[in-house]
Amino acid sequence: MQNYVNHSAPYTSLVIVGGGPAGLSAAVAAYDAGVRDMVVLERDLNPGGILRQCIHNGFGLHRFGEELTGPEYADRYHKMVLERGISVKTGATVLDVTPAEGEEGVAAYVTAISEAEGMFTLRAGAVVLAMGCRERSKGALNIAGTRPAGIFSAGTAQRFVNMEGYMPGRKVVILGSGDIGLIMARRMTLEGAEVKAVCELMPYSGGLARNITQCLDDFGIPLMLSHTVTQIHGRERLTGVTVSKVDEKRRPIPGSEIYFACDTLLLSVGLIPENELTRGAGIGMDGITGGALVDQYRQTSLPGVFACGNVLHVHDLVDYVSEEAALAGVSAAAHLRGELTGGRTVTLKTDGKVRYTVPQTITVTANTSDVTVYFRPSDIYRDVTVTVREGGADGKILSKKKRIKVAPGEMETVTVKAADLMNTAADTLYVSIEETTKKEGNL
Amino acid sequence: MATAYTTKNLTCIVCPRGCTLTVTLDPTAESPVVSVEGQGCKRGVDYATAECTHPTRVLTTTAPTVDGGVVPCKTNRAIPRELLFEAMAVINTLSAPAKVEIGDVLLENLLGTGADVVATAKRG
Repeated sequence: MQNYVNHSAPYTSLVIVGGGPAGLSAAVAAYDAGVRDMVVLERDLNPGGILRQCIHNGFGLHRFGEELTGPEYADRYHKMVLERGISVKTGATVLDVTPAEGEEGVAAYVTAISEAEGMFTLRAGAVVLAMGCRERSKGALNIAGTRPAGIFSAGTAQRFVNMEGYMPGRKVVILGSGDIGLIMARRMTLEGAEVKAVCELMPYSGGLARNITQCLDDFGIPLMLSHTVTQIHGRERLTGVTVSKVDEKRRPIPGSEIYFACDTLLLSVGLIPENELTRGAGIGMDGITGGALVDQYRQTSLPGVFACGNVLHVHDLVDYVSEEAALAGVSAAAHLRGELTGGRTVTLKTDGKVRYTVPQTITVTANTSDVTVYFRPSDIYRDVTVTVREGGADGKILSKKKRIKVAPGEMETVTVKAADLMNTAADTLYVSIEETTKKEGNL
Repeated sequence: MATAYTTKNLTCIVCPRGCTLTVTLDPTAESPVVSVEGQGCKRGVDYATAECTHPTRVLTTTAPTVDGGVVPCKTNRAIPRELLFEAMAVINTLSAPAKVEIGDVLLENLLGTGADVVATAKRG
């Protein structure tokens, strides 16, 4: 990885990498917190990120109290950015983020390329990483068979249909029942395709319950849980797929094969935070989230560099992306004022039922506020109490929350109070999902 | 006289929460919905009632533009669910202007439903 260090590059107080919902929200929050010298670098020709192709509604209910489509939500933030006169460079791809070693007041060098300016480097006082995520591809799946045309990631198909006006195909099988797969099942059907089935490896769908209703049930599209595509057929163009049932270890069951004739296979099999730049800067990463390790300010292991939105961990609702990004923007502003120094680090550990937490650490100072910990369970659990304990699995309970049901597809939160953080001697907090019992043991 | 009530489970689609609604129905009554349980807010009750009598949906799609592209659009209110494919056929014959602002009406009173088709993205 090239490290571009240019001590005479122009200084910019805040550089935001990515002009999607996270980047734009971070920019607005940083501005409102007093930052004026900043730039948002967006590689596409228009800001708005993935929202531009998400033409369905369901966005903004929390943030704006209205149900908006993706482009409308993006436009709200774009207007806020324009009203404040914040500089957004579109068509500018960031190639590199390099830490500024010991250079006072500079967090990193950010190098980008655009048709308008060629290659340029900025000395950034602070950086917010908001690059979003990409889709897991067929190559990652090892499906046996040929390599014909007609296999797309669901998001690629979404771009073709909603922005370019092309139909990827007419007879469709979808692998993956996350929201993107469900939304595309409906979209393709409405545009005249026959969606024969949505296959899901797991015994439950990862998408929102409302999408099962409005994308599958409404059109009589079968959801085949515990099924996956085990073979691809077709020479130049896809002619069909073989689908098999899987057992509790997710292994295909011989003899369960079903053949679907189709010309299109859409893959909705996971989102991967796009962290090439983050890794290139040597920033500490979380192997589970695929994003950076951060504290409650969303500050990474590189001081003055913050991460937020899908590049940090994949979110379910864009409203929470904007909320997290605003937090990062405010933190970047605080960093620029020299306020984010010192404190001791408390690490969050989890039991096997909590798949991950964001933040992974909490920086405790005299000015610490309550911390909202975001997490996902590793499976569906019912009648549970989410618990935060001091020190370890037997530690004193600092906070707890009862839930009737938690599921991997729905990000949850639990709050740790500032007073508890400041009073605890422990340097670890243990976040766990426990069975709700009638008798409380360790209160 | 005991009426044979039936119950139906629905997922509310009004917001991403997707509350599970249990609807008690009296099949003999003119307004069959007797009660709704499980809603997180009042809109869930309205949804359950509509869903059990005349289901409606907001349609989000794209409309062809005069310069060969597409512009995202939606119906500005929910339309009868059974009209979705007919609505798609009508919207796919439109020729929206090349320059469009969010909220611009691309088609008034779609299929006599009283819903307009409005642009949801700025273009040009």
